[in-house]
Amino acid sequence: MPKIKMPKSSPSIDMTPMVDLAFLLVTFFMLAASFRSSEPVEVDVPSSISDKIIPENVVLITIDKGGRVFFNMSDPEARREVVQQMIGKYKIRMSSEQVEKFTLMSSFGCTMQELPGYIDMAAEQRKRASTKGIPLDSTNNQLKDWIFFGNSAAMNTGKTAFEEAKLKGDNPDPNDFKPKFILKVDHKSVYVHAQNVINVFRDLNLNNLNFITSMETAPL
Amino acid sequence: MAEIAEGGGGQSKGKKRAKKNSTRVDMTPMVDLAFLLLTFFVLTSTFSKPKVMSLVYPAKPEDNPDVELPKINNAITFLLSEDKIYYYSGQYYPKNAPGPEGPTKLEETNFGPNGVRKLLADRNAYVLKGKEGLDKKLKSKSIQDSTYLRMLIDFKKHKEALKVLIKTDDKATCKNFIDLIDELKIAEIGVIAPVDLLESELQLMKEKLK
Repeated sequence: MPKIKMPKSSPSIDMTPMVDLAFLLVTFFMLAASFRSSEPVEVDVPSSISDKIIPENVVLITIDKGGRVFFNMSDPEARREVVQQMIGKYKIRMSSEQVEKFTLMSSFGCTMQELPGYIDMAAEQRKRASTKGIPLDSTNNQLKDWIFFGNSAAMNTGKTAFEEAKLKGDNPDPNDFKPKFILKVDHKSVYVHAQNVINVFRDLNLNNLNFITSMETAPL
Repeated sequence: MAEIAEGGGGQSKGKKRAKKNSTRVDMTPMVDLAFLLLTFFVLTSTFSKPKVMSLVYPAKPEDNPDVELPKINNAITFLLSEDKIYYYSGQYYPKNAPGPEGPTKLEETNFGPNGVRKLLADRNAYVLKGKEGLDKKLKSKSIQDSTYLRMLIDFKKHKEALKVLIKTDDKATCKNFIDLIDELKIAEIGVIAPVDLLESELQLMKEKLK
């Protein structure tokens, strides 16, 4: 009987299609990715059926499980303006580097007095820093000042953005450029915490607020 | 790094042949790298931009106790506690000043589809019916988008549309609150007002909780 000869095939497989696919996916994710900015606190937001996406020019207040309050603004120019006004009001010393660093930071939740020290921390340290949030009681209502200055600064940058869009020849809606106020609350947080912040907004006559929610499918 | 894999096959001695190099490149390192990058981007990218739900709060009343609040007709008040929800309709009548039907009693309901959603759908039938009619008109293209929105707002502002007041005690969580607002949006409620809880209402709630 003749021996059956097995064809000698090399054990390596043609990987070209796999590589094609892998790179295709890499390219896709690279282009589609918008990075999560590192926040000093993790917040699980409640879900709703709302499908409105978050607007551009925002003042964002985060409230965590324990009721600590964090402040953030989307526009770096507005951030610079706000922090300079806050420095003036609270007579804090901050170097221009610190101000520069502040404009690129994400949310923060500390008193104005702690702010220079907080800015100097590394991002990892900030997460561990045990700040108590921005004070908002009636004797020391720093949040109110942040929101007040934040509103006017964001209004200014919104105005310039609107003028630019107008020059470009689009037909922009001025309401799109006005600052929006966003609350990011932890779903386990007690509503009273949110209510305190909301009352600060209402004191400033800013009654139109938005809650960040995760998407949920609407019932039919 | 990539090495050229030599083509398999016997090399016969003696005869000098041009070396037959296979054109195949070892792609393993490249694939490794590609998948590494892929994993990195998959894990770090956030796809959907977060969604927002807007809510207009009533303006703070001026510090003027003489001004009486306007009488609300066709309203429902929800009282929220930790994962519990109560409601009463119409005006609030405390025990010491009972209304035509005696003092206000709280009714309990839940966040399930047969609870709040059904209740709101029943009470707000006027707006929901109106919306249904508008939806049909929109589908058959007899009205435009802007007209649709305007008419929907008109419906929501109508006298017969349900108005909702929300009161929370100090145990209610944000999840409860947002869930309720969500239900209200599903039921197309136009007027939503989160207001402060009265002391007597808190007592009523405590009695219910027992």
